[in-house]
Amino acid sequence: MVLRLRERADLWSLLMPPTIWALHFLFCYLVAAVTCARLGGVTLTKPNPGASFASLESFQPWVIGGTAVALALIAISAWQAWRHSGFGLEDPPHDAATPEDRQRFLGYATLLLSALSFVSVIFIALPAFLILDCR
Amino acid sequence: MTIVLGFSAPRPLRGLGAAGLALILAGCSGRQSALDPAGHEARVVGDLFWWMLIASVVIWALVMAFSFYASHRRGEPWSSRAAARVILICGAILPTLLLAILLVFGLRLMPMLRAPGEELRIAVEGQQFWWRVTYELPDGTRVSSANEVRLPRGRRTEFVLTAQDVIHSFWVPPLAGKMDLIPGMTNRLVLEPERTGRFRGACAEFCGASHALMALDIEVMEPDAFEAWLQSRRTPPAPPRTEDGAALFLANGCGACHTVAGTEAAGRVGPDLTLLSERPSIAAGILPNNTDNLVSFIRNTRDIKPGARMPSFAMLSPEQAASIAHWLLTPRSGTAGTRRADATP
Ligand code: HEC
Ligand SMILES: [Cu+2]
Repeated sequence: MVLRLRERADLWSLLMPPTIWALHFLFCYLVAAVTCARLGGVTLTKPNPGASFASLESFQPWVIGGTAVALALIAISAWQAWRHSGFGLEDPPHDAATPEDRQRFLGYATLLLSALSFVSVIFIALPAFLILDCR
Repeated sequence: MTIVLGFSAPRPLRGLGAAGLALILAGCSGRQSALDPAGHEARVVGDLFWWMLIASVVIWALVMAFSFYASHRRGEPWSSRAAARVILICGAILPTLLLAILLVFGLRLMPMLRAPGEELRIAVEGQQFWWRVTYELPDGTRVSSANEVRLPRGRRTEFVLTAQDVIHSFWVPPLAGKMDLIPGMTNRLVLEPERTGRFRGACAEFCGASHALMALDIEVMEPDAFEAWLQSRRTPPAPPRTEDGAALFLANGCGACHTVAGTEAAGRVGPDLTLLSERPSIAAGILPNNTDNLVSFIRNTRDIKPGARMPSFAMLSPEQAASIAHWLLTPRSGTAGTRRADATP
């Protein structure tokens, strides 16, 4: 329902970019949690007893893949929103009570949401490359 | 704190007001200031703080200038294209870039600050209202102390933090950020001091009536001096047994709660008093370590530290308390030259 190209803008198309953002967030956290739980552990012997922490390297390809998919979907939804908003030919505020303006308004709002979601998805993926273990 | 100790205090506490004031004044110096860093983490976080402060001031000034310009300019308004461009650049692109820079900077710091420690470990257990300190040497030897931590400069020392009763928080502002001590959990914190000196830490999580009276002394030493000190404490120095104080200490049941190595006193309810003579303060960093303060503390414990797990020993005469204090503070063999300061710390 959300992830489908549409002729006309509606609430579902508006929700698509933030939904992808949320799913990407969930995906990254789940994969990181599973990686850390499976590869980390507790060492009882010397010289370094205590928790041992898994490296996050094996988890980076997953994040790269997930992030690429998420960014592509957001780009598609941005392109669709661009179309719905009338290719930027009309200036905002699109506040007349007409079907055309409703379309442009939804399209424009979705476009802005896509930009926000795009940046957020990148921000969420960054820690996987800057924090190197599960510590 | 000065108010509690200084004004309308019962007789035996009069002298303590001055001590409280001294501590307040000490708070203004760098001993407990995050803005006067003496450790790696505190320095990095301090730099970050200054950068963010400067950047915020610049951005604030720009916004103010813009609004002044907008409300005072005359003449033709801007075209909506130009206005849209300004909004896009200043409202979306610039903030995104700034946030990205800050995020990358912050994320890169985190693994650096959390890198594991070197061989020495120090276990700190928080209790109402003091700190149990145990140095765990690589060969398994343990050296017990309380309310004071000594550290070698330039080494990464790992702290293993636990709590016995309620949540406490271990914070030495000049060295690093704070870390909670939580019952049933083991937290880790690594400190890397960069210059020698004496610092003050505090409990940073409300833990009961005397929470504000739960501080601790930190002394950063040159690695050689630290190593020598720690080695000399591997076998705890025995106190002189000849004094009256020793007998009074044991006869009054102090040994049920306190350990003094080399005697029958082996209690674990209260702080280990073996190394008391070389600590700069007593009762978790709140009073300078001298005979007078010890006598007051032993006889008026609950007035000085409400809610403390040690009863006031008001039935001891000042002379008896003084002889216990004198015994506790007698320098042990091998501890010559310590600064059991009869002066203020
Ligand atoms: C019921 C257990 C108990 C008994 C008995 C007891 N103490 Fe304590 N004592 C404590 C506790 C707990 C503390 C820590 C108080 C605090 O700082 O919150 C303490 C703190 C102290 C301190 C300060 C220690 C430091 O590290 O600065 C001294 C000195 C001391 N006690 C001496 C004595 C003497 C002397 C006696 C016997 C006359 C005695 N205690 C009996 C429990 C006890
Ligand atoms: Cu506390």
